[in-house]
Amino acid sequence: MPKVLIQFAHPALSKSRVQKTLIHYCQNIEGVTFNDLYEQYPDLYIDIKREKELLLQHDIIILQHPFFWYSGPAIIKQWLDLALEYNWAYGPNGKALIGKKILNAISCGSRKEAYSTTGLHQHPLTDFLLPFKQTASLCKMEYLPPFVIHSAHKLTQPAIEKYGEQYAAILKALVSGIITTDDLQKLEYLNDLHSSAGITETV
Amino acid sequence: MQESFFFQAMIYLASAVIMVPLAKKSGLGSVLGYLIAGIIIGPACLKFIGKEGEDLMHFAEFGVVMMLFVIGLELEPSRLWRMRKAIAGMGGLQVLITTFLIAGIGILLHVDWRQALALGMIISMSSTAIVLQSLNEKGLMKSAAGESSFAVLLFQDIAVIPMLALFPFLAPPQAAGTGSTAHTETGWVKTLPAWEQTLVVLGAVIAVIVVGRYLVRPAFRIIAKTGMREMFTATVLLLVVGIAVLMTTVGLSPALGTFLAGVVLANSEYRHELESDIDPFKGLLLGLFFIAVGASIDFNLIMEKPLLILGLVLGVMCLKMLVLLFLGRIFKISNAQNFLFSFGLCQVGEFAFVLFSFSSQEGILSKEITDSMIAVVAISMGLTPLVMLINEKLIQPRLCKGSEPVNEREHDVADEDNQVIIAGYGHFGSTVGRLLNASNIGTTVLDIDSDSVDRLRRMGFKVYYGDASRHDLLAIAGAHKAKLIIIAISDEVKRLEMIETIKKHFPSLRMLVRSTNRYDAYNLMNAGMLHIYRETIDTSLRVGVDAMKLLGHPAHEANRWAKTFFIEDEKRLKYLSSIRTDEEYVIAVRRNTEEMEATLLADRELWGNRANDAWEIEGDGDGGR
Repeated sequence: MPKVLIQFAHPALSKSRVQKTLIHYCQNIEGVTFNDLYEQYPDLYIDIKREKELLLQHDIIILQHPFFWYSGPAIIKQWLDLALEYNWAYGPNGKALIGKKILNAISCGSRKEAYSTTGLHQHPLTDFLLPFKQTASLCKMEYLPPFVIHSAHKLTQPAIEKYGEQYAAILKALVSGIITTDDLQKLEYLNDLHSSAGITETV
Repeated sequence: MQESFFFQAMIYLASAVIMVPLAKKSGLGSVLGYLIAGIIIGPACLKFIGKEGEDLMHFAEFGVVMMLFVIGLELEPSRLWRMRKAIAGMGGLQVLITTFLIAGIGILLHVDWRQALALGMIISMSSTAIVLQSLNEKGLMKSAAGESSFAVLLFQDIAVIPMLALFPFLAPPQAAGTGSTAHTETGWVKTLPAWEQTLVVLGAVIAVIVVGRYLVRPAFRIIAKTGMREMFTATVLLLVVGIAVLMTTVGLSPALGTFLAGVVLANSEYRHELESDIDPFKGLLLGLFFIAVGASIDFNLIMEKPLLILGLVLGVMCLKMLVLLFLGRIFKISNAQNFLFSFGLCQVGEFAFVLFSFSSQEGILSKEITDSMIAVVAISMGLTPLVMLINEKLIQPRLCKGSEPVNEREHDVADEDNQVIIAGYGHFGSTVGRLLNASNIGTTVLDIDSDSVDRLRRMGFKVYYGDASRHDLLAIAGAHKAKLIIIAISDEVKRLEMIETIKKHFPSLRMLVRSTNRYDAYNLMNAGMLHIYRETIDTSLRVGVDAMKLLGHPAHEANRWAKTFFIEDEKRLKYLSSIRTDEEYVIAVRRNTEEMEATLLADRELWGNRANDAWEIEGDGDGGR
């Protein structure tokens, strides 16, 4: 059974309703390890050895974070910079991560429509994830579609709870290993794997 | 009468003001300065003071009483208890061995055994005033030699009491009649039977402890509330003088009584206040005492029989020194420290003056003997600072491996060309040093404690022995070439001295200074320091961060609040350092605390917003708000 590692990053968690709820739902699932990067490394001093070991012990890596300036919070970048070492994760002898899967689980403020060629951001959200995708490719990892929560700051608490349930269901499906990645690659968002009925936005 | 008093005062003050800084400047120490001042204004040179110098000496001995009070204040009971072996063992053996050796030599020279024994006891005393003042000035009180010296001196202070009680029995039978008259003068207590005397003495000691423990603190609280500083000073003086009077009445040493009171008050919140109030009195009286000693050296007598007097001085000092060296060996003091200890304590002390006058009253010693011996005692005291200087300049460099290179070091240091000098290699300095060394930055380290220098050297650290506030030593350590000096010594006063020395002699050397707390930091800022490191601030903030974490706050956020707090606190420190009066300071602190809270809150708000996903919704057009 594949093992999931959630690399979580939010610098001001006390301010985030969505992420707090997601955390509540994704913890205590068999086969899922939750690693809070800001809690573990409050001053961004990454323990490289520990992080590499965690990567080796897991098959699916989820970068769970709010969407900051079309990317992750600073510590996500810091983690990529330090943990993905030359000749370990990539390079001629970099074979440690081959075949592992990686994806982003993102909460963002804009509606889905704002992430389109005609919307405010002029690109679909997945375009902005290109650096992550290519990073995965250099490390010979498989990049999976993202899990996305739009309009994060406008959701009612019940709606957020629904997202939480959806996230938990997806995590369980990933851990069980019953779905093939070919099925997943067909999706735009990982959310589509599991019914999102009942999730509504409020104004 | 009035005029003559002012004239006298002027002479004493002027001689001290001229001689002491001169002596200090030339590295001789303040004690020698006072002594020289005394010799100059005394009968030997300018003849400004004559016989009254001796009366003055008795008055000025009160400085010793105050000094022991201050020492007591710095010595918590627990520390005193830890020193009990050194006090009883080292002190006891020193007094016993010296007494019997001197007495033995006396008997061999056909002196009456009673006289020989009295002489032995008197000579076994050392000078608390000179030794402690010198050690304090050199910052050596906490070293092994300093602690041992203190233990021995303390035992001697205690030993005076049984000695005074023993002296009447040493009087030759025919002289007993004259002696008994002296008894009636020493107070009503002596007329009591022995067991009642003992009770009275015990009662007095208990009274000092009880008063110190339960009465003094509430009394000080009331006095402190009046806000009149001079009343506080007056109360402190009253306390010390009162104890001295009580002790004298019951026949105990006043120095011992005030020392006891000091120890009792060592844990009280008024400790520093007491110390700073009594300090100027103590300093001036001690100075006066040293001047009086200088003035009382009878040069006529020395001229009459120079060989005998000088022979006695050298003989006595060498003998005492050998006994001390032997004791230091037994008690396993390292060589360098042992020499400091033995050279420091080899003089005969001020108690000798008291004991000599007492013994001539009792008719134990003839006037001829006491006169010569008083000269011997005064000279030996006068020579002490010189002897200590010889030890410091000639013997220590040879003994202490750390300072060995002081002579050869020039090339030693030049080879390394270290950019950093660290002054003081205790826990603070050595941590900095280890980090720098681990980062391949060479450091030259100076430390004043020869024991820790030895230990660190054995561990493989390059540490040099020496007083880092001396500019010549800094020059040898390469202060001209170094870029930085890290001032990590623990003594606040010494740090400020060092800063002045460096400003003057090595203006291009940048200073990073340790500071005890924020008050010390104010002083350092006022001294123009830019890089000040409060000992506890980082640790305290880390505790705060961990407390928040344990309460469930996110670590990264707690970290950020602490950092913001630190930056704000440092900023405010600069502002607060410019405030002079207490009242203003309290107001400013209160206002600053409020401002600090507001700043932290504001940062939290702003940062919280910045750190959520607000960036992408502006002008989004999809929101209703």
